[in-house]
Amino acid sequence: MLLQVEDLFVNYGVIQAVKGVSFNVNEGEIVSLIGANGAGKSTILHTISGIMRPKSGRILYNGKEIQKEKSQKIVSGGISQVPEGRHIFAGLSVLENLQMGAFLRKDKSQLKKDYDNVFERFPVLQERKNQDAATLSGGEQQMLAMGRALMAAPKLLLLDEPSMGLAPIFINEIFDIIESIKKQGTTVLLIEQNAAKALSIADRGYVLSVGKIVLSGTGQELLNNAEVKKAYLGG
Amino acid sequence: MQILQQLINGLSLGSIYALLALGYTMVYGIIKLINFAHGDVYMLGAFWGYYMINTFHVGFWTALILSMIFCAIIGVIVEFLAYRPLRDSPRIVVLITAIGVSFLLENGMSYLFSSSPRDFPQAMVMHRYHLGSLSISNVQVLILVTSIVLMILLQLIIKRTRMGKAMRAVSVDPEAAQLIGINVDHTISFTFALGSALAGAAGVMIGLYYNSIDPLMGMTPGIKAFVAAVLGGIGLIPGAALGGFVIGLVETAVQAMGFSAFRDAAVYGILIVILIIRPAGILGKTTREKV
Repeated sequence: MLLQVEDLFVNYGVIQAVKGVSFNVNEGEIVSLIGANGAGKSTILHTISGIMRPKSGRILYNGKEIQKEKSQKIVSGGISQVPEGRHIFAGLSVLENLQMGAFLRKDKSQLKKDYDNVFERFPVLQERKNQDAATLSGGEQQMLAMGRALMAAPKLLLLDEPSMGLAPIFINEIFDIIESIKKQGTTVLLIEQNAAKALSIADRGYVLSVGKIVLSGTGQELLNNAEVKKAYLGG
Repeated sequence: MQILQQLINGLSLGSIYALLALGYTMVYGIIKLINFAHGDVYMLGAFWGYYMINTFHVGFWTALILSMIFCAIIGVIVEFLAYRPLRDSPRIVVLITAIGVSFLLENGMSYLFSSSPRDFPQAMVMHRYHLGSLSISNVQVLILVTSIVLMILLQLIIKRTRMGKAMRAVSVDPEAAQLIGINVDHTISFTFALGSALAGAAGVMIGLYYNSIDPLMGMTPGIKAFVAAVLGGIGLIPGAALGGFVIGLVETAVQAMGFSAFRDAAVYGILIVILIIRPAGILGKTTREKV
C-alpha cells in the first residue's frame, strides 16, 4: 500500500472536521474521495501534505509514519498536491511557476525531461511560458497548477477539486489528463464534488460525510449505489 | 546649476532611503510586517563598520561588505527570536514586538557604547569636484553608484535565483508554496538577510557621508524609509526604490528653499497626502479581493 490513513482525527479550529477516517491508496490507482462541501475532504489532504496536524491517528506512506513530518519533507518524499482553487503564483511567469514545482528536485538530468513532459501534456503552458501566470484563464491555471505539482515528480498526486469553477469543456479535459497521469505511473488521490466524474475514472472510492467515511467500494460500485445516486449524483 | 546641485544631493540621500525602504518592503511583502527595528539594523551596520575600520583597520569596501554580512546575520536572528514565534499571532502583536525590538537595540547600544555620537573614521578621503558652481563629492558619487549596483544585484537575485523566486512565491501564496515543498521559514530568513544586508550597506555609507554615528541614528531615517516604502507602494520592490529617491529629493528641495526646519515635516506631510489620495502608493494597484 502506498498510502494508508488510519483512524485520523483532525480539528479545524474548534470544529472537529475529520472524525476517525481510515482509507488506503494502492500504487497505480486513482482513488476518489467524494462528499459534500464541509465533509472534511480538504482537511484530509492538508493533513497528508503536512500543513495541518492531526489530533490523533496515523498516516503511513510506504509504510512509514508521516503525520509529523514537515511539508517539504513530504513533497521530497514524493507526495505533491494541487490545491483547491489552483493557487498559482500570480506575478511569476508560467515557467517560473513550474520551476517552483521543481524547487526540491536534485536530479537535474531528469528535470529537462519532466519539463518536456509537462509541456507535451499541456501545450498551452509552453505557448505561454513567459506570460504572467495570473493572465491565464481558469482552465489554463488549473493545468498550470497540475503541471507545477507534476514537476515535483510525485509518486502520489493529491488533487483537490480540480474541476471546480471550470467550464464543462475543460472539466472533461482535466479528467482525461488525470487518467493519463495515472497511466504514466503516478498514483492519484482525488477529491471532488463532481462525484459522477470522479467515480467514473476511479479504481476505488470513498464517500465522506461530516468527517466520517460512510461508504466505500470500486468506482463502478459506488456509481451504481442507490444512496450515492440519491445524495451525490442527483438521483 | 542650483537645481542640478540639489538634484545630486537629493539623489545620493535618496539612494540611502531607497536601500532602507527595500528592506521594509520586502519584509512586508513576505510576512505583512512593518519591521520597525529595520532602522536600528542600519545603525548596527554603521557601528560594525566603525569597529571594523577602527579596530581591524580594514578598508572601506571590506568594511561595507563585512557590515552587510553582519547585518544579514542580525536580521535573521531578530526574525528567528522575535518574529518567528509569533508567526500565527495577530499582526498587531508582531508589530508591537517590532517596536520593542527597536527600543531594545537602541537602548542596548546606548547602554553598551554610550549614547554620545562618535566620529566615523574617514576610511576614504573626501574629495570635492567643482564643475562651475557645481560641487560633487566622491562620497556622494560612491553612495549613489553603490546603491544602484546593490539594487540591480537585488533585482537579479529576486528575478533569477531559486531563492529569489521562492521569495516571490511565498509573498503571493505561502500555503501553495509550502504545498510544493518550499521551506517558508528559510525563505523568510533569506528575505530578512537580504533586506538587512542593504541596511548595513546604507549604515556604513551614511557614516562615511555624515562622519558621525550614534545609537539613535536609525530612528529618523528608518521612519523616512518606511514613508518611502509606503509612498512607492508597500510590498513593491520598484516602489521602494522610487519612493526612496522621491523622499530624498523632496527633503533636499525643502532644505534648499530655506525651510530646513520643515524638512521632516515635509516628508511626513507627503505620507499623509499619499494615504489620502493614493493609499496603495504610487506604483500600487488598488487590490480587489478575488473570490
